Amino acid sequence: MSEHRISMTINGLRHVSNAEARVSLSDFLRGNAGCTGVHIGCEHGVCGACTVIVDGLAVRGCLMLAVQAEGAEVTTVEGLAAGDGTLHPVQQALYDEFALQCGFCTPGVVMTLAALTAPGSKANEQQLLAAMSGHICRCTGYQGIRRAAKKLAAAPAGEQP
Amino acid sequence: MNAPGVGTGRYIGQRVRRKEDPRLLTGRGQFVDDIVVPGMLHAAFTRSPIARGRIVSIDTAIARDVPGVHAVYTQADLAHFKVDMINFYLVSPAVETTPLANGRVAYVGEPVALVIADSRHIAEDAASLVEVQYADETPVVSIAQARSGAPVHPATTSNISAQMGEEEPDEELEALLRDAPHLITHQVVHQRISQSPMETRGVLAVRDGAEELTLYITCQSPHLVARWVSLALGLRQTAIRVIAKDVGGGFGLKNHPWKEEVSVILAVLAFGRPLKWIEDRYENLIGANQSREAEMVLRTAFDAEGRVLASHGDYSCNNGAYPQLEECNIAVHMFLWAAYKMPRYGFLTRGWYTNTVGLAAYRGPWAMESLIRETALDVAARRIGIDPIEIRRRNLVRLQDQPTLSCMSIPIEDITPAECLEQLVQYFDVAAFRKEQAAARKAGRYLGLGIATYIEPTGAAGSIVTMTGELAQVRIEPTGRVTATMSTHSQGHGTATTMAQIIADRLGVPYEDVTVFEGDSSRGGFSPGAAGSRQGVVAGGAAIKASELLADKVRLLAGHLLETSPDLVRIENGMAHVAGKPELSRSLRSIAEIAYGEPDRLPPGLEPGLEAQYRYQPPPMTLASAANACVVEVDAETGMVKILRWISAEDCGTAINPAVVEGQIAGGLAQAIGMVLLEEMTFDAAGNPTAATYKDYLLPAISDIPDFEFVHCSTPSKSVGGMRGVGEGGAIIGAPTLVNAIADALAPFGEIPLRLPLTPTRLLSLIEGRDLAAKVEHPQPEEASAATAAADTPATVPAPVDQPVPAARAPEPAAPSGPQIDGDWKMVLSTPVGPQAMVGHFETDGTALSGYLKSEQGSMGFTGIVEGNRLKFDLKVDKPMKITLKYDITIEGARLTGKVKMGIFGTAKLVGERG
Ligand code: FES
Ligand code: FES
Repeated sequence: MSEHRISMTINGLRHVSNAEARVSLSDFLRGNAGCTGVHIGCEHGVCGACTVIVDGLAVRGCLMLAVQAEGAEVTTVEGLAAGDGTLHPVQQALYDEFALQCGFCTPGVVMTLAALTAPGSKANEQQLLAAMSGHICRCTGYQGIRRAAKKLAAAPAGEQP
Repeated sequence: MNAPGVGTGRYIGQRVRRKEDPRLLTGRGQFVDDIVVPGMLHAAFTRSPIARGRIVSIDTAIARDVPGVHAVYTQADLAHFKVDMINFYLVSPAVETTPLANGRVAYVGEPVALVIADSRHIAEDAASLVEVQYADETPVVSIAQARSGAPVHPATTSNISAQMGEEEPDEELEALLRDAPHLITHQVVHQRISQSPMETRGVLAVRDGAEELTLYITCQSPHLVARWVSLALGLRQTAIRVIAKDVGGGFGLKNHPWKEEVSVILAVLAFGRPLKWIEDRYENLIGANQSREAEMVLRTAFDAEGRVLASHGDYSCNNGAYPQLEECNIAVHMFLWAAYKMPRYGFLTRGWYTNTVGLAAYRGPWAMESLIRETALDVAARRIGIDPIEIRRRNLVRLQDQPTLSCMSIPIEDITPAECLEQLVQYFDVAAFRKEQAAARKAGRYLGLGIATYIEPTGAAGSIVTMTGELAQVRIEPTGRVTATMSTHSQGHGTATTMAQIIADRLGVPYEDVTVFEGDSSRGGFSPGAAGSRQGVVAGGAAIKASELLADKVRLLAGHLLETSPDLVRIENGMAHVAGKPELSRSLRSIAEIAYGEPDRLPPGLEPGLEAQYRYQPPPMTLASAANACVVEVDAETGMVKILRWISAEDCGTAINPAVVEGQIAGGLAQAIGMVLLEEMTFDAAGNPTAATYKDYLLPAISDIPDFEFVHCSTPSKSVGGMRGVGEGGAIIGAPTLVNAIADALAPFGEIPLRLPLTPTRLLSLIEGRDLAAKVEHPQPEEASAATAAADTPATVPAPVDQPVPAARAPEPAAPSGPQIDGDWKMVLSTPVGPQAMVGHFETDGTALSGYLKSEQGSMGFTGIVEGNRLKFDLKVDKPMKITLKYDITIEGARLTGKVKMGIFGTAKLVGERG
């Protein structure tokens, strides 16, 4: 297996390390960069737990190789809250709506919603809910996730709750 | 002070936000795969690609040569560790169960070898290079095949892993069924389910010094894992510490370790370096213990007005090869009619071994009872021509009928399913729906309403060896803030939140000031954690009692310091106040500083510090109740089911946090919806699992789950705090509610054959009157015959197809002359909690028999009679309930077989040999 030197920006900081070509982005973020908030639920693209934002788009870290993210701007769930601990509006909405139980699916849910409600994105309620159908949560029955998604869709861009 | 009803308070009953959430929302959870320790290596398994066969040879040489590989272990390498793979009741399995395959494989995915390597990638590469040669044998896959196929375990004589109840028809009961105005024969075929917690199984084992072992493991109780590992591995001299801070769902799969986790622990004991194994999803779907897969036929007699007269249940479940519990699910029968005025019930219940992965628990393990009863009641209502709500009203035990005994002698007290049903129909306008339904039908649209009611035993403590009380240790720190160490464990349950609410409420401090620690077996005391909807009830009671003890101490000390009576001291918002004297108010911090740091100022005899602990033992049984309603539309063109509304009216007593309660119910309901419409763990004829990814095993997504509406009935229970428990209810009541709605929608087409999941294809079979399901979906011929036998015909044993013939057994050598009875016999009794080993000692004197039975629980003497080679005697036992066990034993040579009549539990099998 060929080793590669991979560099990318992770949560605003430059990261450089070596990995084999076969290493997925999710394994790279967890193992090389220590972003253990990136969760791996299926490794075949169905559950959504591994979702991270790569160059502004929500992608499944398990379906992308680390080498493909060379030079990319990557945001993980660790990179959303403000330095003083203030939650990102998506995190706050999920918190307020009891949208998690075990929290294993949560980082993926957070990242998809964050990508789709970022300034400039105009996802409406339908689109947010459709995107949520790509995330499997075994615990909650999705009640809080749905409430949070609706709340986020209702708040004008940039003034999330 | 501790009146049972608590209702709401400053924090109890409030929707406060969860303490767990900020860390989980920001990626700072600590799941097992997040833990890295120095020197850590990684494990991967070589697994069996066949369902049944002999291992001819294993060659690990090539795998060992892969750079980065440290060791490759097979069972032969680990056999010197004597492992007893005990079940949840801490009882040994009936068949030899080893961590890695021991000479034979019995299911696809069975771990055969374990590779230790520098990285997970290398370990997986090498695992695929372990060369194993197998001599294939024809597997036994389904229950039908198990009935007549060769034993899965060569040391056994049949595939029955456990059996209770009566094989011989009870003539009186049969007459009641036969002569009744209405007899409804109802069959449910329940598919196999993957519990599918989003976090798979995983363990990191670390040997800290010679006598210490630390396990980071996904589990449902670190205390139970520590106890299990200590007993199963015989590590009595080892200090075992189990840590599980965050766990990504359990649902019954993670009650205790099984083959893979044990293999990893043994590998660490053998190799020394820390070792991590994280199951991938493919392994989880094929190799992790699964659940359900059962068939049941319920025959129920009704009088002309729809009142139940008598009933008989015949239940079978596919236990797989190495179940975590060899069981026949006695709880199905115990609770089947417990909430109904059923005069008489008989049953036969069996578990079967097959060449599939073994079963473990899943939320509401006995849920078949509600599924088959509630769906049978609706079939009966349609047949008899009465309303489904009315048939329940006529049969449910109401509050005014209690206390009473169920037909299975269970004390029924304090249940409210009938009352939940009335609240439900007050909330939901049934008449308006029926109008809408009639109008829709005219337009060719099929709407249906499903109603179901149920009760659930919760808060178990004391009846089962591992189901104990809970311990709360609460202290006010010298800072004035409160720390609690609980025996609870959360895999999403939010116990750090609900327990903090209780403590804050009962202690009189702000919720923000309370921190709850759990998830570490070295802290707090034993409890089985999340199992049987018990933590809210039992740990809630413990938190209340410990907080009250501590509050009493604060009042005593404050009274002393302020020179007033402790009775006049009130603790509120972290301050101690004296009635009418605001100038005397003190912060808890100032009182705590004195309690810890100035012992001279304490009243004589008062222990310094502000700490209290309490282990709460709840009443023997607490029961939760519910009634649910759901409205569906079934598309007659496509067979697709759309859920339009769902209302849950539950009585979980005091709801500590209604948002957490609703979350538990919603999660359970979603799992039930998955069970009814989507999920199915399938196998082909060779025993290969054919749902090995989430593209084949369909879990419900947000688009499959409606908004749930909640009606909280909240009748406080008799346990301290009034909680009733809420974990499993949704998963139990959801399935019959949805099935009834679909059956109601499709009633114009006839009764739906109840084979889960109700896929569009299966529903179209009914709608179009053609057996589409048989052709499209069932690779195994006998399944098709089961499908057509559904609904109204009694269960027939389908003709076995392509079955291996049981190997002929050599006849027993005849006893030399007359039976040799006297002396010791090693015997195993199949009890509802698994096989129970004991030694029987018999002494005969003509036709008089005396002796004793000895087991780990102690020894009991008896006298009885001898008739030739038959021995008969009675034993009275108190646990789990008072019953007389009637032994009837036949001795042939060095073998002993027999039956034990266990009162309402029916008959259990006994086997034995010369000891
Ligand atoms: S882990 Fe990537 S989608 Fe499931
Ligand atoms: S919160 Fe457990 S999987 Fe979503």
